[in-house]
Amino acid sequence: MDRSMNNLNKRKAKAMMLKAFVWLCGILTVGILIYILLFILLRGIPNINLKFLFGEYNSETLSAFSSIVATVQMIVLSLLISVPIGVFCAIYLAEYAKRGNKAVKAIRLAVDTLAGIPSIVYGLFGMIFFVNILGFRTSVLSGIFTISIMILPVIISSSEEAIKQVPDTYREGSLGLGATRLRTVFHIVLPSAMPGILSGVILAIGRIVGETAALIFTSGTNVLKNPSLNLFASQRTLSVHMYMLASEGLPHSRNMAFATGSILIIAVFIVNYATTKLAGRIGRLSND
Amino acid sequence: MQNIKRTNFSENIMQAIFFLSAFISVLAVLAICLFLFMRGIPAIAEIGFMDFIFNEKWGPTNTPASYGILSMIVGSIYVTAGAIVIGVPIGLMCAIFLAEFCPDNVYKFVKPAVNLLAGIPSIIYGFFGMEVVVPFVRENMGGNGYSIMSASLILGIMILPTIISISESSIRAVPDNYAEGSYGLGATKEETVFKVVLPAAKSGVLTSIILGIGRAVGETMAVVMVAGNAVMPLDKIELFKPIRTLTTNIVTEMSYASGLHESALISTGVVLFVFIIILNASLSLIKSKAQRN
Repeated sequence: MDRSMNNLNKRKAKAMMLKAFVWLCGILTVGILIYILLFILLRGIPNINLKFLFGEYNSETLSAFSSIVATVQMIVLSLLISVPIGVFCAIYLAEYAKRGNKAVKAIRLAVDTLAGIPSIVYGLFGMIFFVNILGFRTSVLSGIFTISIMILPVIISSSEEAIKQVPDTYREGSLGLGATRLRTVFHIVLPSAMPGILSGVILAIGRIVGETAALIFTSGTNVLKNPSLNLFASQRTLSVHMYMLASEGLPHSRNMAFATGSILIIAVFIVNYATTKLAGRIGRLSND
Repeated sequence: MQNIKRTNFSENIMQAIFFLSAFISVLAVLAICLFLFMRGIPAIAEIGFMDFIFNEKWGPTNTPASYGILSMIVGSIYVTAGAIVIGVPIGLMCAIFLAEFCPDNVYKFVKPAVNLLAGIPSIIYGFFGMEVVVPFVRENMGGNGYSIMSASLILGIMILPTIISISESSIRAVPDNYAEGSYGLGATKEETVFKVVLPAAKSGVLTSIILGIGRAVGETMAVVMVAGNAVMPLDKIELFKPIRTLTTNIVTEMSYASGLHESALISTGVVLFVFIIILNASLSLIKSKAQRN
């Protein structure tokens, strides 16, 4: 009896230790995040000023204005390419594809593969194909095409997930009223799946904003004095701007790298907040 | 009647468009393979496969030039292993915390924090590593700070969200009656979680680790900022010394490379790509095995 009590105490002590350890790792993860965010923001935000945000680029302002414009341009145009393709692909996979079809298997394998390819490999491919073979040169255009392929799997998987979550009763109701399959897809299924699709789009925006390795060799590291929408000019995005400032290693450029980092973090905050909000709406939809 | 015919027609057209859109992914993968291999394989052939993969001497500007990437392959393996050693235990424990121990009001903060960690751009991790981790390693562990250790620490942090989210959902997917059976036999909560629930979730955990490896192997910008990027002879590779990985080899030299040098860098990308394909294949193997069970 004594021995088994002893044993029980030992087990309880071990359980307490494990529990403490598990809590510790949870706290550590959050702690690391808070440390990174505060470290960048506290040093970066004081360095953000109007000249940096909207001024002309020179060695004194190190303005991010043209990079911000190039980033926005890249987001808009690559989404214009990827969203229709990605959503149509998701519609095919979720609504039309027959199970076990060989083409479907190949498509799924391809989407998984695209999701796993490192961004530097995308960069190499973009450099070989868009920059050299198609002759787009190192330009925003090459960057846009490269990024469009990169964000495709993000859009496909979240759209497919969202479409699959639309209850079958919606479809049956629409078909029962005599609507065609196509009408049902566009008027019933897609609107219901919209929050999920949008959250995929926002995730993709996050990836574009944060991308560096795929862009250095495709859209390049060049910075223009004033913002330009010229697709054939080589321009850096915000992340590349930060990389260039950080690797210069001068005190002033270092400060401005912190400032750029703060803008990036604020962008990521907005993206995450929007995604969570939309994800909450999907939850409510399926509870109805 | 005519109306029905027309809708049938547009139905068919749109279905074809859906299929073509879906097929673009396949085309993209084929194009990436084709063009990478087209540029990379001839260079490997010219350098010689053995001389490329198993030679530790990388000196593209030497005469005669040498293009061996063994040191970088080993470098990639080291930093990835380091990332796994650091990231997997913490990530897995955090996943257990989130799935089993975390009170709802704490979960509301921790879960978004993990998502945010996943959303932070790699350039931020790299800069943070350069400003915080490198000086920390320099002052507390020796060397100049740009090292395997710094790269492993940063990559370990970067793979946390991957490990945490996938492990968490696989732990949550374990049927409740497993745990109930364990409680019924008198096990404590902790014993149940670690000895019954966690083993049942092992294929999900394995998946998360492989995805983490993929992320660590392929990471470029964060590593290039903290690893020092010096090509080290194999016998000089140390934990607190600089290292060059496959990815950083490409990014540090591509801007001024031309000719065979440029092709050799693309071939480095091919090796990386093959590595990722192998990881992906093992992933689908695990998936199909888990489905069979």
